[in-house]
Amino acid sequence: MIRASEISIVQSSRAAWIAGLVGLLLLLALLAAPYWAGRADMRLLSEIYLYLALACLWNILAGYAGLVSVGQHAYVGLGGYMLFALAMFGGINPLVAIPLAGLIGGVASMLVAVLIFRLSGAYFAIGTWVVAETFRLSFAQVSALGGGSGTSLPAGIVTAIGDGRDGREAIIYWGSLGIAVLVLAAIFLLLRSRQGPALKAIRDNELAARSLGIDIWRSKFIIYVGASTLTAMVGAAIFLQKLRISPDAAFSVNDWTAFVIFIVVIGGIGTLEGPIIGTIVFFLLRETLADLGPSYQLILGLVAIVVMLRAPQGLWGFVRSHYRIELFPLTPRAIDSQSKKDI
Amino acid sequence: MHEPLLSIEGLSASYGDFQALFGIDLTVNEGEVIAIIGANGAGKTTLMRAICGLVKRQATRAEFGGMPIIGLRPDMIAKSGIAMVPEGRQLFRSLSVEENLVIGAQASRKGPWTLEKIYTMFPVLKERRLTPATALSGGQQQMVAIGRALMSNPELLLFDEISLGLAPIIINAIYEQLPALVGGEMSAIIVEQDVARAVSVSDRVYCLQEGRVSLEGASGDVSRDAISKAYFGV
Repeated sequence: MIRASEISIVQSSRAAWIAGLVGLLLLLALLAAPYWAGRADMRLLSEIYLYLALACLWNILAGYAGLVSVGQHAYVGLGGYMLFALAMFGGINPLVAIPLAGLIGGVASMLVAVLIFRLSGAYFAIGTWVVAETFRLSFAQVSALGGGSGTSLPAGIVTAIGDGRDGREAIIYWGSLGIAVLVLAAIFLLLRSRQGPALKAIRDNELAARSLGIDIWRSKFIIYVGASTLTAMVGAAIFLQKLRISPDAAFSVNDWTAFVIFIVVIGGIGTLEGPIIGTIVFFLLRETLADLGPSYQLILGLVAIVVMLRAPQGLWGFVRSHYRIELFPLTPRAIDSQSKKDI
Repeated sequence: MHEPLLSIEGLSASYGDFQALFGIDLTVNEGEVIAIIGANGAGKTTLMRAICGLVKRQATRAEFGGMPIIGLRPDMIAKSGIAMVPEGRQLFRSLSVEENLVIGAQASRKGPWTLEKIYTMFPVLKERRLTPATALSGGQQQMVAIGRALMSNPELLLFDEISLGLAPIIINAIYEQLPALVGGEMSAIIVEQDVARAVSVSDRVYCLQEGRVSLEGASGDVSRDAISKAYFGV
């Protein structure tokens, strides 16, 4: 029998320490990528970071706050378009325009939330999609931004970003990495705060959470607006990298919602690690199979079906239930103070 | 005579088109334990939910601690000092025992109940504080549900069918704790299928039948005969 005084409660574990150290080294290596990686590799890495950020944000919405939105591409597109508008009409440096585009996305999401929070479940999901379609159709009407065929970022703005092509691509690369780190840090801090358990409580049992004094509407509103703000920033970074935007590319349900849901579901919804695993799997599949054309999407579908049948909690859920490890120290554990072993 | 803690007049509640409560009058005085009895479908759980604001309801008057509670959202009602131990416990499955308890303090009301106090009352919960709450036995889960409600330091605690699905020995153990909880500062409303137990633990009893109060009286005064009449409507 262990006495209570010999137990201490810790949130971290050896696995989490190692993961933290490896993560830090990885981050340093990735920060230095402009000095060791080729142009194509850097573009791929940027894309991975931005998809990772989108996946983590969607996971917070659907996996934690129970807001199953299939319309987050509304904010990806809005963020992209705002970057172009701010840079082209406001003369604002595109790097400064990224957080501004996020803020505009955040304000827009407040108005959208007031509307669509009246819906729940499947109706909410469809509502979010309708909003995204409305955004797409609206931006297709703006002739100053190229209407339905879109526009490119003028050369003068592009060259002002950095010194030469290499300098510019390095800056855009660091911007993408910075956003991914920002998103991961924001989510980690959110889940460790008092809001973390409250969010899980809402997801588990909304009625009980409500009767305990949790203001569900406010919690969901804050999460929705926060996630949409960051999603719009990611969108701005995506189209800064592409240097070209059109309504169909900006508000693509396939690219910014379907693939993102795939990543989160494959990796493990409702876990912080899931979207990371999912992003790695998605890019491994894409980089090895994309040449196959349509069969590539068939394989993606097959992978999704197999994972959902065999590991409904996603790959990370599967690993965790078999090995009981956690890379992000979020679940408190009891350890014996002397031996430092789990009890 | 003090103002009653909770006073409700003409309370109706409905689920969509289906009306479940018709003009209920109910009062709870400070420190009092009220039992609500009635057959399945009589509206007992609906009454609890209506007080907490979890179903659509109207009333000619509904005041808690002198404040009107009809238009209030459930979280505002919880903050004003009403907590419920819901039917079926409704624990949060992805949270540990301790996190479930801490969530109960979301209403951030000051009062005597702390995590330590809950653990003193239910020591087994302290031993299993890091276990997922839904991995506990039924009786222990019920302790978590009670502890979670207490963590908000309520003035009025609603118990909805707390003995449902539990072994008699566990039910006895839980009811033995009741005097330690209520009386003094805290009042309670208990919904209970076991009429004899309901009458024995309460000060006053209300019997519901088809959404209306069919009997009301001091628990010591109501006869078995009157109860069965009110219960079955014969």
